[in-house]
Amino acid sequence: MKAYLSRRYHFSASHRLHSEAYDDARNRAVFGKCNNPHGHGHNYTVQVTYSGQVDPVTGMVCNLGDLDSFARTNLLDRFDHTNLNTLPCFANCVSTTENLSMEIHRIFAGFPHARLERVHVEETANNSFDYADGATPAAGTL
Amino acid sequence: MIFLTRKAEFSSAHFYWVDAWTEAENLRVFGKCANRNGHGHNYTLEVTVAGEVDPVSGFVVDLKQLKDILEREVVSIYDHRHLNLEVPEFRSSIPTTENIAIAIWKRLDGKIPNAKLHRVRVYEMPDLFADFYGEQK
Repeated sequence: MKAYLSRRYHFSASHRLHSEAYDDARNRAVFGKCNNPHGHGHNYTVQVTYSGQVDPVTGMVCNLGDLDSFARTNLLDRFDHTNLNTLPCFANCVSTTENLSMEIHRIFAGFPHARLERVHVEETANNSFDYADGATPAAGTL
Repeated sequence: MIFLTRKAEFSSAHFYWVDAWTEAENLRVFGKCANRNGHGHNYTLEVTVAGEVDPVSGFVVDLKQLKDILEREVVSIYDHRHLNLEVPEFRSSIPTTENIAIAIWKRLDGKIPNAKLHRVRVYEMPDLFADFYGEQK
């Protein structure tokens, strides 16, 4: 029996949208208030969805304790209460939630016990982003 | 084709335990969920059905009828019950969120008139849910 398991994690971080490829005026024009030199912050929510056969003994797609531990080490310990712009993954790209979603997909794709289907990242209650790394979700599952 | 989703809620107790395993093994795999005295959750069930809109009524399904089916087939059996001890399907499988979604699918499949069951989503808590779409490869 194939099932889909989704888990949500929360972290808080600051960032600033700014590109070295643009001059100051262009940065202000493109990124607006997100270009504030001193940065600003969000409470991010990350939702990861895995699929797999439900183990007939444990009843699980994967062990949530393992997934939580993986998320603690690889997501929360690295991102929570940081300035995203200072992290190596944003050294060469703008810390938009699109780029953050791709980085978070890369991270959770490394969880070895189930197949990552997609990540969904909420920057605010009104902004959210989905990334599946080119995978085509099964019909009707997104 | 249009999709219609109806929510329902139930509150139940459960625990995770495999009889064939030692206590130490159960505790290692299931952690605090292995407490044999059980614990509980407020579950949220989302049932999505797919169908065509009736040109006269404008309905995919009669929502009152769908609500009654969820109540009869699921909520009246699961709500304020101990899933391991009082719900037959969990005598032989652990009431994980995944297995609850599968069990609810089996309870509802074929019972909704004029629409096809598309997805069963079960939230154990706001940050954890399982989806089942029926048998897939």
